[in-house]
Amino acid sequence: MIAFILRRMLQSIAVLLAVGLVAFSLFRYVGDPINAMVGQDTSMEDRALLREKLGLNDSPPVQFLRFIVNAARGNFGLSYRTSEPVGRLIAERIPATLELSFCAAAFALFIGIPMGVYTGLYPRHWSSRLFQAVSLIGISLPTFLIGILLILIFAVSLHWLPSFGRGETVQIGWWTTNFLTISGLKALILPSITLGLFQLTLLMRLVRSEMLEVMRTDYIKFARARGLTNRAINFGHALKNTLVPVITVTGLQLGSLIAFAIVTETVFAWPGIGQLFIQSVQFSDIPVMAAYLLLIGLLFVVINLVVDLLYFVVDPRLRSQGGAARVSGH
Amino acid sequence: MTTAPGGWLHRVTDSDVWWSFKSSPLTVIAAVVTLLIVAVAFLSPVLAPHTPFDPATISLSDGLKPPVLVSPDGDWTFPLGTDDQGRDVLSSIMYGTRLSLVVGVASVVVAMILGIALGLVSGYFGGTTDAVIMRIADVQLTFPAILVALLIDGVVRGIISVQRHDEIAIFVIVGAIGLSFWVQYARTVRGSVLVEKNKEYVQAARVIGLSPVLIMVRHVLPNVTGPVLVIATINLGLAIITEATLSFLGVGLPSTQPSLGTLIRLGNEVLQSGDWWITVFPGATLAALVLAVNLLGDWLRDALNPKLR
Repeated sequence: MIAFILRRMLQSIAVLLAVGLVAFSLFRYVGDPINAMVGQDTSMEDRALLREKLGLNDSPPVQFLRFIVNAARGNFGLSYRTSEPVGRLIAERIPATLELSFCAAAFALFIGIPMGVYTGLYPRHWSSRLFQAVSLIGISLPTFLIGILLILIFAVSLHWLPSFGRGETVQIGWWTTNFLTISGLKALILPSITLGLFQLTLLMRLVRSEMLEVMRTDYIKFARARGLTNRAINFGHALKNTLVPVITVTGLQLGSLIAFAIVTETVFAWPGIGQLFIQSVQFSDIPVMAAYLLLIGLLFVVINLVVDLLYFVVDPRLRSQGGAARVSGH
Repeated sequence: MTTAPGGWLHRVTDSDVWWSFKSSPLTVIAAVVTLLIVAVAFLSPVLAPHTPFDPATISLSDGLKPPVLVSPDGDWTFPLGTDDQGRDVLSSIMYGTRLSLVVGVASVVVAMILGIALGLVSGYFGGTTDAVIMRIADVQLTFPAILVALLIDGVVRGIISVQRHDEIAIFVIVGAIGLSFWVQYARTVRGSVLVEKNKEYVQAARVIGLSPVLIMVRHVLPNVTGPVLVIATINLGLAIITEATLSFLGVGLPSTQPSLGTLIRLGNEVLQSGDWWITVFPGATLAALVLAVNLLGDWLRDALNPKLR
């Protein structure tokens, strides 16, 4: 088990280094950093001086090392677009994205799993069939269309909920939160549903098929023969055994949530890092793109690692010898 | 060939795949819808009532007309209404669908060619080549395709000027989506190659002295077309969505060359004032197209792989 964890950690570090290399190549070789920093009338000598001062003449490995060390300290240079430090731009906007992703994940988990259990237990009931049909549409519709549809219904026609921005936020230290004001909470509703809907349908379909599988096994029949209540069987025995794939998918989808937040944030003019990233792509603001890439890479790697470690917590069978081989096969 | 005239038709109607197609009404509907959308889109120069992106034919005084069926202000020359510039929504949708389809199909083809080539090389040669290609695939798979496509687009923007970018936007977007979807093909093809390359017929071909390229293309490749076709169909829906999303985000096709996603973005900008038809009709077309293509893909997957049922 220890060997497995160590191997996974080494793999994670390798992936991070690869992502770092891509980010560094972007940062260093796409466009000229000097051109972005100085005006048209700067002389060649001044440019050469600046180039030397910034260490752009050092060998690539040295520059790469410096880039990684700076990145680890949260120093990503200045944005080409606004000339502000990239680290600060991201720190200002990350609470908005994290709160949105958190709410979307909660929405997907707390509605998707019960719906999956229900449709798995009663697959022939008409409401289960309805859920299935609706979920097919949910998977086929692009995120931004769902967002626009929700805005059209709940903001433009009914005027119930706001369609853009975060509403009023409260500042706690450097973190700005939506959770403490009514308008902030109301502003969260539509974006969270938009962002979480795809994950909800995915989780529902996954839990449903796993439940169908588990309910056929002998130990469920045996549990019934022992006279356990339906509740204990459905949740204590059946649902528990569907958890391994559910955790995998939830974990991997957490990463996609943050990536797809780009789309949702654009639809709802949500001031998060996704919107920052889109602006940086439009203006080819390379330092911001590189920093975003590194941040997302780190997030994905950490999530994948945590998911792998969670298997051991959830599934006692894996803690024995040979379990590691099974997990790595996933 | 030796088959009689019409023989291939008989072979098609006699096959298992055709039977499973016929016996699934939903699939037949999906196929009809897909064919209808494709036909209308490609006949748009003939069928469309207006040429929406020719400035000579549009007039601002026709701007923001609502659709005929919902409002007495509507005008039968613009059955689905007009946008704020006076362009006919129906014609824009027809031309836009054509672009969306072209970009979707082209990027799937790019991804397929790239994935098949890398998968063949990776599986056939093994060793370091295999390790390098598959590790790149692993790293790329960590990120959602849309993010990879966005990054590629952003990098291209950094290299070339803005005007050049608008001219070649369609190639950039096809390349970006193609590069973000190759992994699945490469993995599938590699897996099949690993199985096939040890079989006798491949060994025989090697003994005859055929070159590796010839063996891969003529002998190994035909054995992996089934799964590749299934992935391609399922990916087509995804590619169309990805293009629409990129265009919606404003980094895809420019408004001089609008796809469905671009139309939805332009409509979304005026959505707050209640002019819903500019957004809703392109959106509904996109949804219908993607849903139909996805249903076809699901059916094909089940039909070609009875074990999955």
